[in-house]
Formats: sequence, structure tokens, C-alpha cells
Amino acid sequence: MGEFKVHRVRFFNYVPSGIRCVAYNNQSNRLAVSRTDGTVEIYNLSANYFQEKFFPGHESRATEALCWAEGQRLFSAGLNGEILEYDLQALNIKYALDAFGGPIWSMTASPSGSQLLVGCEDGSVKLFELTPDKIQFARNFDRQKSRILSLSWHPAGTHIAAGSIDYVSVFDVKSGSIVRKMVLDRQHLGVTKSRCIVWGVAFLSDGTVISVDSVGKVQLWDSATGTLVKSHVIANADVQSIAVADQEDSFVVGTAEGTVFHFQLVPVTSSSSEKQWVRTKPFQHHTHDVRTVAHSPTALISGGTDTHLVIRPLMEKVEVKNYDAALRKITFPHRRLISCSKRRQLLLFQFAHHLELWRLGSTVATGKLAERKSSKFLFLGKNGDTLPLSKNADHLLHLKTKKTIGFSFFTHVASSNCQGPENISCSCVSPCGSWIAYSTASRFFLYRVKYERDNISLQRVSKMPAFLRSALHILFSEDSTKLFVASNQGSLHIIHLLEGNFKHLHTFQPQSGTVEAMCLLAVSPDGNWLAASGTSAGVHVYDLNHLKLHCTVPAYNFPVTALAIAPNTNNLVIAHSDQQPLPNDKTMLYNPLPPKNESDVFLRRTAHAFKISKIYKPLLFMDLLDERTLVAVERPLDDIIAQLPPPIKKKKFGT
Amino acid sequence: MVEERVRVVRCGGSLLNFRRAVFSADSKYIFCVSGDFIKVYSSTTEECVHVLHGHKNLVSGILLNPNNHLQLYSCSFDGTIKLWDYLDGILIKTFTVGPKLHALFIPPHAEDSVFLTILKEDPDVFQLVSVKLPKSSSQNVEARERTFVLDYVNRSPKCIDFGNEGDYIAAVRDFYLSVYFLKKKKTCNFTLPSTKNKKNARNRFTCVACHPKEDCIASGHMDGKIRLWRNFHDEKQYTYTCLHWHHDMVMDLAFTVSGSSLLSGGRECVLVEWRDGAEKNKEFLPRLGSTIEHISVSPAGDLFCTSHSDNKITVIQRNLDACAVIQGLVKDRSISTGLMVDPKTKALVLNGKPGHLQFYSLQGDKQLYNLDIIQQEYINDDGLIQIELKKAAFSHSGTWLATVEQRQENPSELEMQMKLWVYSKKTQGFSLNTKIAMPHDDHITALCFNNAENYERPMLVTASRDGHFKVWVLADDSDIYKKAIGWTCDFVGSYHKYQATNCCFSEDSSLLAVSFEEIVTVWDSETWELKCTFCQRAGKIRHLCFGRLTCSKFLLGTTENAILCCWNLLSCSLQWSAKLNVSVLEADPYSDHVAAVMQSAAGSDLFVFKPSEPRPLYVQRTISREEVQWGVFVPRDVPESFTSEAHQWLNRSQFYFLTQSQCLLTFSTKSPEEKLTPTSKQLLAEESLPTTPFSLILGKHRQQQDARSSETSENELVQLPLTENIPAINELLHTPAHVLPSASFLCSLFVNSLLLSKETKSAEEVPDEVDMEENKDSDDSDEENDVTEKAQETHNTDLRDDVIHQLSKYEEKELRKFRKVDYSWLAAL
Repeated sequence: MGEFKVHRVRFFNYVPSGIRCVAYNNQSNRLAVSRTDGTVEIYNLSANYFQEKFFPGHESRATEALCWAEGQRLFSAGLNGEILEYDLQALNIKYALDAFGGPIWSMTASPSGSQLLVGCEDGSVKLFELTPDKIQFARNFDRQKSRILSLSWHPAGTHIAAGSIDYVSVFDVKSGSIVRKMVLDRQHLGVTKSRCIVWGVAFLSDGTVISVDSVGKVQLWDSATGTLVKSHVIANADVQSIAVADQEDSFVVGTAEGTVFHFQLVPVTSSSSEKQWVRTKPFQHHTHDVRTVAHSPTALISGGTDTHLVIRPLMEKVEVKNYDAALRKITFPHRRLISCSKRRQLLLFQFAHHLELWRLGSTVATGKLAERKSSKFLFLGKNGDTLPLSKNADHLLHLKTKKTIGFSFFTHVASSNCQGPENISCSCVSPCGSWIAYSTASRFFLYRVKYERDNISLQRVSKMPAFLRSALHILFSEDSTKLFVASNQGSLHIIHLLEGNFKHLHTFQPQSGTVEAMCLLAVSPDGNWLAASGTSAGVHVYDLNHLKLHCTVPAYNFPVTALAIAPNTNNLVIAHSDQQPLPNDKTMLYNPLPPKNESDVFLRRTAHAFKISKIYKPLLFMDLLDERTLVAVERPLDDIIAQLPPPIKKKKFGT
Repeated sequence: MVEERVRVVRCGGSLLNFRRAVFSADSKYIFCVSGDFIKVYSSTTEECVHVLHGHKNLVSGILLNPNNHLQLYSCSFDGTIKLWDYLDGILIKTFTVGPKLHALFIPPHAEDSVFLTILKEDPDVFQLVSVKLPKSSSQNVEARERTFVLDYVNRSPKCIDFGNEGDYIAAVRDFYLSVYFLKKKKTCNFTLPSTKNKKNARNRFTCVACHPKEDCIASGHMDGKIRLWRNFHDEKQYTYTCLHWHHDMVMDLAFTVSGSSLLSGGRECVLVEWRDGAEKNKEFLPRLGSTIEHISVSPAGDLFCTSHSDNKITVIQRNLDACAVIQGLVKDRSISTGLMVDPKTKALVLNGKPGHLQFYSLQGDKQLYNLDIIQQEYINDDGLIQIELKKAAFSHSGTWLATVEQRQENPSELEMQMKLWVYSKKTQGFSLNTKIAMPHDDHITALCFNNAENYERPMLVTASRDGHFKVWVLADDSDIYKKAIGWTCDFVGSYHKYQATNCCFSEDSSLLAVSFEEIVTVWDSETWELKCTFCQRAGKIRHLCFGRLTCSKFLLGTTENAILCCWNLLSCSLQWSAKLNVSVLEADPYSDHVAAVMQSAAGSDLFVFKPSEPRPLYVQRTISREEVQWGVFVPRDVPESFTSEAHQWLNRSQFYFLTQSQCLLTFSTKSPEEKLTPTSKQLLAEESLPTTPFSLILGKHRQQQDARSSETSENELVQLPLTENIPAINELLHTPAHVLPSASFLCSLFVNSLLLSKETKSAEEVPDEVDMEENKDSDDSDEENDVTEKAQETHNTDLRDDVIHQLSKYEEKELRKFRKVDYSWLAAL
């Protein structure tokens, strides 16, 4: 392997927002995850848990419920009282519909998938019918006194269970009237709490209703008689979520203490047919509240305030013990949040609501020196020595989408006329460092950055063309003269940048019939070729000189996670989510910088391009600044946990 | 009398906690193994009702016969299974299996077949086999046909259990659990991660228990976790729940009869009841004193019992109230005080629980009481340096007890305390009199009282490594607040700055011998003049003791270089010496015999000799394979009358010794059956009732008034009647004082009420008995007399304190007679 100076950047203070809901879709084996900032992500569990789709959040759109209906339709509802449907092809929000019941706390689709049920703040349960391209309000159920926090359909679709404060009610779907009301006990280990919030209910086909509540109990009720069958006290804090397996032989609950408990239906004795629910294994993969759980046929999925999405395979359901059987913890988005200007050694960090531009520090030292760490920035020389910084990294720019004053060198007021601030969906800084572009779900922004010694100034390029409304990916060409924008209609725009002005060059329209959005772009260093990839189809390569489609790389089973074009050979390198082992020796990838003065064996061993280094904390970004300098952006998990609110304190034995 | 061969016998004090205790079906009795015997205790009175003996080696398992709840199966290292009728204490049958049997299991519905753990190959491979017990009318049956069931099992019976009416066997070993289904003949194995890191290494299984109703196996682990396994019919679909409260290993688990609760215990000395198998729903019974080794549940479900590492069984009610404690000889720790005999109770005294002295009755094979010496809460924690009770000594009459405790964290810091305890007749116990902090600057190596306490003031000598010996005397310690006596230092002696290693008073206490390393010095105890010195230059002196009775002019000493020396104190010269590597040297206080235990590679040999002549009277080779640590002569209640010279030393006293593995052994010519006390013999004759002396008195005497057979005049046991339920006393105690008639009026009433049990007829017999007693008193001056006298004294004081101010001569005599009455005749009625 060649020798590199590595900038180890740890000042990207990115904190993902907490997970609020997860919804598992059995048909497509996909998982929808919504976060507290309104972001919705779609993970493909078959493709190695790759986050293949992403809907940027919106500050006023906190989701409280997420569900799949009619197979592939995804709905969410939130405290603003709206039901949203997502367009999974174009990656935007199809429509928003107000349920007129105040904030919506819960939503569930009927077992057939044709109806949608929402529980509202005012105590009403509303039934919606699904039409092919919209939903239609059907009727109200008997209104309850307090908010409906949880809902569950009987698998036959005849009854529903609704969890409220202090009681669980069972409705008849036909009549919409309440048939049973089961009042919960507020006592917890001898202490009476002021109220008992039913955070989740589940209706089983044998008529059993399982409720989880803020007292820390999991209770099983007989809905026919309205009696308590069994009560499990599992936590000192709230039990916040429940999910039942499709076979109804196991369910999973998540508690505010960060523990996930697995319950299984096991026969009492081998000879009898009598079965009982038994709490089996606890899993402690979270530090904070587990707000939501899901139960796929082979795994328990949980997410919560500590921002991790944890996928815990059930060992007894796993056929072979391979990589899929391992525990997965997903914290960071599977897309690029950082872009780099090589010429000026700048890094642009994308946060939910602002951008930060940093200039990298530099060092005069070479070779081996005593280890010294600067507070925010490590500069790693060869052989792992830490080099001292002669100049610290500068925070150059803080770009906000809000009408507030920034704290740094420069403040830009990017007034957005849309209602409330939307999250930034993508951003990019040009290689020369003089252009910054970013996009939200509804607007596109381009800035010209001017550097005058230590001062920098920023100027917004106004009058963006109407077709540039939102982008899924933005890329500048290597010479910073061209801007490539992948929009969510599937089209690819090429814009020629001039000093303070721009010119629309061309638009590659999607192939007829497909509306699939492109979300990955790569341009060759010589500026002749552009590669673009969507979520499922193959990779298209465009000839930029002739402005036409050059070829299409056939689609592979797994989605593309990264694209790059090699500088000298113009080879296109595609990484897929199956994380296949490194290519064999026939691959045309060789070590570009073979070390000198080393033995033959060592040379042969290091001739291959792929080397694995395990010295880094979770890496968000890596790029070559020049031939011998790398920049790596790390984000240690401990730093994220430190920025979260403190978890529920539990006494640890021996402390 | 026929002279029999003298043999070494185990004399009680065996481990009661070797295996789980077993309850009888009605929970009235608890059975537990005790060495070669099985003991039957009453669960309410804690009395030992029967001792079942017949096995020739350690009993390794006991279980009720599932087909007849009045019978008990036992298996032993001697390779036999025995069937007992425990109510009558009769051996019904003996099945000879052959190899050493380590554990016994009988599933509930097994037709006359039992499961046994036997050694397959050395050192640690055991297998579970089933043996069919043939139906036969003869007493001794051969049952050598074994069917192999399971291999590689753990030797401990805690690691195997039968579940679901004997459908499957759960066995744990190291890191795996195997479930063997007897009908399907299928085994499922479940393995826990074992190596790699420290956390996993604590996954090791320690015990297993099966749910009585459901398919659920509970297993205990090294790290204190309890796992509840379910769905174990499938090696893939299995699942388990963890319960974690114990911080140290789980020693035993037991399900209650209904299966609704799980009991667990361990080093925390806390019994935990897990209700419903739920982690949040648990109850505790804390402060059980020492590590819980076993837990058993009565078949009726009303009682539990826990066996503890300090040789104790605690009986616990269903609501987790401890209701009875059966305490054996505590053998938890190293014995640093050695063996002593309490002159008052004739009990064996040695280290007991941490910081305690235990008083152990050899006759009754049970602990009398614990004396808390250190009086500090014991904290059970690894690596903590505790205060240890190092030395103790009784004065000649047992009035005084001296103890030395010390704690040494590093060589330069020694904390030491000497305490002197006085026997209080009122409380019948020892109370602290004097506490001396740092009596010496270094370890105390020996302490002894002078022998003649009766006519002289008591004197205590301590010898220490700091080169001094100190003489402590009882002095007036009164101040303006109270009159008191206390111990002060009277004399400090030393000899050329050598370390003082041993000290010993002559029989008449006129001389004190103190050894200083290689030199023995003899001091006059009146003037503290150095009388003479002996030096043999044969290594440091290890033991020192004076001869007794006719041999009191001899001083015996042993040295590190394996020389036994005998000096004549009259001629101040060496009488004789012998080459013997003596590890224990003890003089019998009631005869002129001295016992020496010699240590050799093959084992320990016993030599008994008189100091006057250099030849052994009796030699027994290899009394134990291990090193003998301590020995003591305990006076007999009834002297034997051996005439041969070799056996004469057994006449007045019995020699008890303690080996390195803390087996208490003695020499006897009789079989253990004959050693039983008269009380237990009576109880044997009684039927199933848990008999107490009280039930003998009240339960029986009402129906019988006529048939009274001749009384056996066994006079060594004096049974005091229980006064609680006598109506006259109740009346007396429950009437307000101001309406009571005068005491003199009540007196006769009271005395008569005590005499209710005797009829007028028996009055004729009384005089003889009293006469006999008096004769005995006059002609005999042995210690037995002391006992009776003491008993009288104490009892008299009690009575006096309560009611009676003056008793007529006749009444006194009556009372006296009453106390002497032996109630053994009642049993025969």
C-alpha cells in the first residue's frame, strides 16, 4: 500500500435524529423507518440492509405512525394531524390529507390492506378507504374520552383493539361501537402511578389482546370476556412498543430502559397441546428508549432515541450461520453528507438544517514525530504517527436555511418561502471551492463563494430555472465548470457555470416508461463521462461531449451504493450493497503507488489495490486530496451518545 | 469382659450437607446423610430421631421410595443400595450393585428401577446407569445388571434431574446441557459459549432442576445467572430466559411442588424465591449465616430446607420463615484453636463459624451452642483479611475461658486481642470479663491456665514469639461504680531473648514449664524463680507436657528433629528419649497415659505410653492416611473396665482426633450401634411420633396408672421436666400478684403440682434411689459428680428466684429426688 498522509477529521458534529417508527413490509422485505425530524428511510433487508430510499424531513412533520398498506403503499401520520402518502418511485410526497381529529397518535392498515385506521388526540378512531391514488374518509368509530395511542386489527378484520390512557377498548368494525373495555391497573411494584398509558396493543387471532403500558407491564387479555389472563412485569419504566410475528408464535416489546424482550409461545409440555406465552430473551442493544419494534420472520428490529436501528436475527430461524445472522446496528445514513474541495482543501458538511464549510489544517512536520493530538483534528502521518498541526482547521462558513444569524465568519440568509424549514436533501461544494449548491425537497440553491485572503463572501445565484426545483444528487465536474443535478423526476440536468452566471446545457430525460429517480452520480476526471445510477436499474453512462447516452451497465441483484470513475483508465468502479469479497487477481485494479525498497514477497502481497485498515472509528467520508494525502471523516459513536439526553438511570450492581 | 480389637471409628460430626436433605411425605422428618449413616431428624423439634446405620462407606444419596412413602432408599460408596423403614429404623433390604455409587435417582413412575451415577474412568468421567432392583424376599439381593443411560455426566447429583414424571433427564456438565428423552431415546445438547473471554468462562453450569408440571428446565451458572430452558425438544427451536440476581455462583435450585416458584441459593446466604419465573417477582430470605449448598422441598409443599456450608440445615416454612436449625459440627474453616473439652459440659470446643467457638456435644452429636468471640459482623468476601480466633484455653473447672484473636494485614501490622470470659451460673454461659489489647508484641504461641483453681487463685500464662511469657492473675478491679474482678499481668519472664514457644503447668501447678526454642525452662509458680533448664539441642521444642498422677514428676517434650524426650524433674535429668516424629502429644488428665501421634509417609501412627517407662503400651499403625492435626482426651461418662494393659488407656477417657480433612475420629472397641445414648434408644422404641421428653411425660402417663414395670436405674441422664404446661404453674403465673395467697401457702401446692407424675406407690422406691445417689456421691469423686452437683445448684437458684423462699428438709429432698428421677421408665409403659 502506498504511504498516505491522512487528515482524520472528527469535527463533523453530526447527530442523527432518533427513530420514531419502523414498519416492516413482508412482501418486498423492506423496512420503512421514520425519524423524529420527519425523515423517512426505506431499507432493503434482502440487499444487506441497504438504505435505498430516503425522504428528507420537515420540521413541522413529526411522524407518530408509519404503515404499509396494499402491499407497497407507504403512509405516515403525525402530530400535525395529516396523513401522508409517499411516492416510492419518484421519492417525493404524493399528498397530505388532514384527518381533522387533531394530532394523530396511531395508524394501522387493515389485514386486507384496503382500509386505514387512525387514532387521534380527540379520542376518535377514523376509518379511511384506500382508493388507487388517494385515500377517502369512510367513518368514525365511537369516540373515546382520551387520545388513542395505539391500534391493532384482529387478523380477521372484524374487531380492533385501541389503547388509550388507563384502558384498552375493543371495537366492532361493522358497527363501529365499543364492545369491551379493559381497565388497566396503575400499580407498579406497590407504587400507584398517576396514569397508565397504553403504548401499544396487539390483537391475536385467538382473541387475545396484548397491551404494553407505561407501568412496565405486558398484559394478555381475553377480548371475549374482557378479563386479564396473564401479566408480566418486565420493566421499572414504560414499555413503549410491541410487534407480533405473522405466525403469532412470538412477539417483541421494547422498553424505555433500552431493553427489548422477546416473548414466545411454547408448549407447556411436549405431550399436551396447551401453550403459554413465556418471556425468553432480553436484548440490551440500546442505551435509550426503544420507541418502536418490528418483527420480521427472521429478525427482531428495534429503534429508538439513541438513533440506532438494531436488527437482531433470531438464531433459531437462521438456516446457516453467515454474515446475515450477525447483529446489525445501523446508525448513519447510507448517503453522502460531506463533499470536498480538493484544490482549496475545504470540507462541506451537510446537517439537517444547515451547512458548514471547513478548511483543513496543515502541518509542516514530516516523518516520525512524537504523538500529539490537537483538540479537534488529527493529522496522521505514515506508520501511524500523529503529526502536530501548525495550523488548525478553520470553520469558514455556516449556512443556514433559517432566518437566523449564524455564528461564524459569514452568515447567509437563505429565506425560503415554503412553509417551515425543510431538511436539506443533498449538497455539494465544487472542486475549486468557489461554488456551493444544495437542495431541499422543494427548492434548489446555488452560491458563489469568493475568497479574499482571510475573508470570504457568499453570493446567491438568483433566478434558478424552474425545472431545478429539487435534487436528489448534485455533482460538480472536476474543473468546476459543469454542474450535474439529478432531479426526482428521473431527469439529469447539466448546467454550465460561468463567473457569476450559469447556462442550462442539456437535460437527459429518463428512458421512456420509467420514472425512477437517479440518486448517484459520478463524473470522470477528464470531464468526458458521467455515470448515473437509480435505486434498482443499472448504471447509465453518458457521453458529455456528445451529450448522449453512451451505454447502460446491466443491472445487478443488489443496488448500487457507490460509483467512481478511475482517473487514468476511465474505468467505472461500482460498489454494490452485497459487500462481496474483494475481487480476485484478474481484476484490473492494482496498487497505484507500490512501495519502494521492500522485499519481493511484500511487493506481491501489496500489489493488490484493496487494503483493509481497521484503525478508524465509523467513517462517513474518505477522499484523496492529492496523490499522497487522504481525508477521512470519522464520527465516533460515543460522541453521538454524549449529545443525546441522559438515559433512564439504572442501578448497576457493584457500583 | 471380652477384649475386642480397638478400631478407629468416625464419631459423628460428619457432613450433613454432603447431599440434599430429603423430607418424608408428611414433612415430619428430614433425612440427611451423615458420613456412613443416615440421620432422621424431626423437622419441628430438630431432634435426631433415628440414625440408620448399615453402610460401610459414605452414604452418597437418599430418596424416598416412590412406591411406599414410609421407606427410604440410600446408596453409598460401598456399592450397595439399601432400603430402610425409617419409622422403625430397620434395614429392609440390601441391593449389591458393585462399583462406588455417587448418586441415586428414582423417577416417580419407574417400576423398581433406579438410576445411579458411577465412575466410568478415572479421574472424572462419570456415567448414569439404570439398575433394575429385582423383587426378592431375601434381605440381600444382587443387582449387578446395569443399563447404560448417559455418558459424561457430572458426579454431583445437583447436575442431574428428572423432568415431567421421568420423561426426560436433564444433565449439565461444564458448558452444556443435555436432555435425554427416555422414551424416544434421543439426546438434545445445548451448549453455551465457553471460552475466549472472561465473561463466557463464567457461563459454566453448576446445577439443574426440572419443573414438576411443565417442560421447563432451570439451570444455575457460575456467574449467578439462572436460565429457564423451554422448547428443548428441538435443538434449534429451543429458547431460554435469564434470571439474574445472584452475584456469585448459583449453588442449588429447586422448584416448589406446584412449580409456581423456583428457589435458588448461593454464597450470598440468601434464599431467593422466584415466583412465576418472573425476574421482577421475587422474595428473599436473607441472613442465613453461610453459603447455601443444597435446597430441598418437602413433597407436601409446606417446608423447604437449605443445607449450608457450615454443616447446618435450616428448615424454612412456605412463607419463607426459618423455623428450625439442625446444626452439626462446623467444619468450614481451619481449626487453629485445636480441640478442647469444656470441663463443665464435657463438650468438644473448637473453632466454629467465623469468629465463634463452637461447643459440640459428642454424645448427642449436635452442636450445643456458639460463643461469639470476635463479636463483629462477618463479611463474606474474597480477599478480605478477617480477624481470626487463634487460641483458646479453659481453666481447670471451666469457670474461665481465655481466647486470643488476631488480624494481620502485613507483617509489620499485627492487631491482637486477648479476651477472658467468665462462666456465669445465672445465664449458664460465658460473659466477657477482661479484654486485653496487644497482650504481647508478637504472636501468642501458647496459653494455659494453672490446674489448681479450687484452693488458689486462677492463673493464666501466655507465651509469645516476642521472647516473653506473661503471667496473668485475677485481681480486684473495683471502682467507685461497682465491684469487679479483672485480669492483670503479674509477671513477665524471658530467657535470653529466645522466642517462647510452649508453656505448661504441672499437675499440682507448682511448676511452670516454658520452652524457649530449643530450651525448656522450669519455673516455680509461687516465686517465679527459674528452677532449672533442659536443653537437648535437638531442634525447637514442638510440644511440652507434664505427666499426670503417678507420673507427675516427668516432663515430656518433642522437638522438630523428631525426638521425644522425657525429663525427670526430681533428678533434673533426661530420663529417656526416643526417635519419634510426633505431631500430636496429649496427656490424659484422668490417667497417667500419654498419647502421641507419629507422622510418617504412610500415615499417622498412634503410640500410647506412660512417661515413667520408655515403652509403648499400645501401638496402632495408620490410624489415618492424612496428617493428624489435633487430638484430645475426652473423659468417659461411664468408665470402661478393660483389664489388659494395652486397652487400659481407654478406660477413663476416649481419645478424639481431627485429621487434615477435618474428620473427627476416635478409638472404640464397640460398634457404633452400642454407642447410642439411652435417650435415643428410648426414642427408637417409640413409634412414629416425633418424640420429645415432654410428649413422653404428658402423652403417656394419663392412660397408664397401673402397669409399671421395674425401672431401670440408669442414673446418668437427668431430664428436667418442662414447666410450661403444668396447670398449677400456669395459674400461678397468670394470676395478678395482688390476689395471690401468700407464698408459703402456694409452696406446697407448687411442689405437689410438680410431683403429679408420680403416684404414691412410687414413693417407696424413692429412698433407695436417693440412697444410691448419696452413696455414689460419697464414694466417687469423678467429674460426673460435678455435673450433677452443678445441675442441682443451678436449678435450685432458679427455683429460689422464682417462688420458693424456704423449703422444708423433706420438700427439698423431694425436689432433689424429683430431679434425679429418670423418666426412661415412662417409655416402657
